[in-house]
Amino acid sequence: MNARNWLLTLAVTAPIGALAQTSEFTLTIKKHRFVPSELTVPAGKRLRLVIDNQDPTPEEFESHSLRVEKVIPGRSKGALSVGPLKPGAYEFVGEFHESTAKGTLHAK
Amino acid sequence: MLGSAVIVFRETLEAALIVAIVMGASRGVAARGRWIAGGVALGIAGALIVAAFAGAISQAVQGRGQELFNATVLLVAVAMLAWHNVWMSSHARKHVEEMRHLGHDVSVGAKPLSAMLAVTALAVLREGAETVLFLYGLIATGGTAGLVFGGILGLIGGTAVGMLLYLGLLRVPLRHFFTVTGVIVLLLAAGLASSAAGYLVQAGLLPTLIDQVWDTSGILSAGSLVGRMLHVLIGYNDRPTGIELLFYVVTLVTILALMRLFGARATRNARAQAAKQGAPA
Repeated sequence: MNARNWLLTLAVTAPIGALAQTSEFTLTIKKHRFVPSELTVPAGKRLRLVIDNQDPTPEEFESHSLRVEKVIPGRSKGALSVGPLKPGAYEFVGEFHESTAKGTLHAK
Repeated sequence: MLGSAVIVFRETLEAALIVAIVMGASRGVAARGRWIAGGVALGIAGALIVAAFAGAISQAVQGRGQELFNATVLLVAVAMLAWHNVWMSSHARKHVEEMRHLGHDVSVGAKPLSAMLAVTALAVLREGAETVLFLYGLIATGGTAGLVFGGILGLIGGTAVGMLLYLGLLRVPLRHFFTVTGVIVLLLAAGLASSAAGYLVQAGLLPTLIDQVWDTSGILSAGSLVGRMLHVLIGYNDRPTGIELLFYVVTLVTILALMRLFGARATRNARAQAAKQGAPA
């Protein structure tokens, strides 16, 4: 988030609470696949991505374009902050099972 | 098999490159092999512990535990590398002279070596924990011998690239050697600081300032082999945020300033000493 937008958002949303402006999205990992594998999110906003790993094995959620990298242990959830994103497609993978665990985030 | 080889190779590569730099930077120091081997052993032990508690670490601090842990590990390594470079800026000349005169390794005391042990251990710890988790997943799901063999292959491959870097470093003439390793350590430290900033952004604790300062992913992707190596060595980032760049520059400038400061003081002291003894400086 750039500093000016941040101040602007803070000024507008401060009475409601600064956290309210972050939208949350969930990606589930099942049998080393992402559900959904295509996800549309708003561009230009700070997002909170929750990765729900329902497999018994750990997975590393990784995306170079989103600049994130996080290990999600088996049968647990992990959250990370991304964005604000420019409109476009952002690919992500589960690095430990890259052949099946892949998907795209579409920022619009 | 290839998949597991590639993943273990990637993780090993990062740690191996850092260990190679540490080996280079501590060249000519007696008993450094033992210290660095100790660092690797401590790092592996730490990686096993971190992997065992991965779930607990992840859930800690409102789900920000993993990012805070990684950022802390990185920043401690940055401090150790900075301290090493500052120490070397006041001792390097004497160090090289002694190596030349004695024709063998010199004893520098435990302090600089413990910094190098810490850097080695932290690098192995961070990358090792991910490798352990990955291999654990393989074995837990009844991974075949081929997958495990692939992992071992990746480990050997990553270590080999690290060794190549070290052998390459050794070809630098002794006169310039510590200048070269000093620059590499400086860039390594700046890059690690910038990675720490990245984790803190991911945890939602720092703003990006500028979302994307530049995009060179078309020219050299940070995901490619060369991109990954440059990421470790000089902190190459194909799409840096403002805060990552800021951490990089501030770390670089701070360490350089400290090196200048302590280097100048050492030169002054050496001159004063020489004048007192009536010998030419």
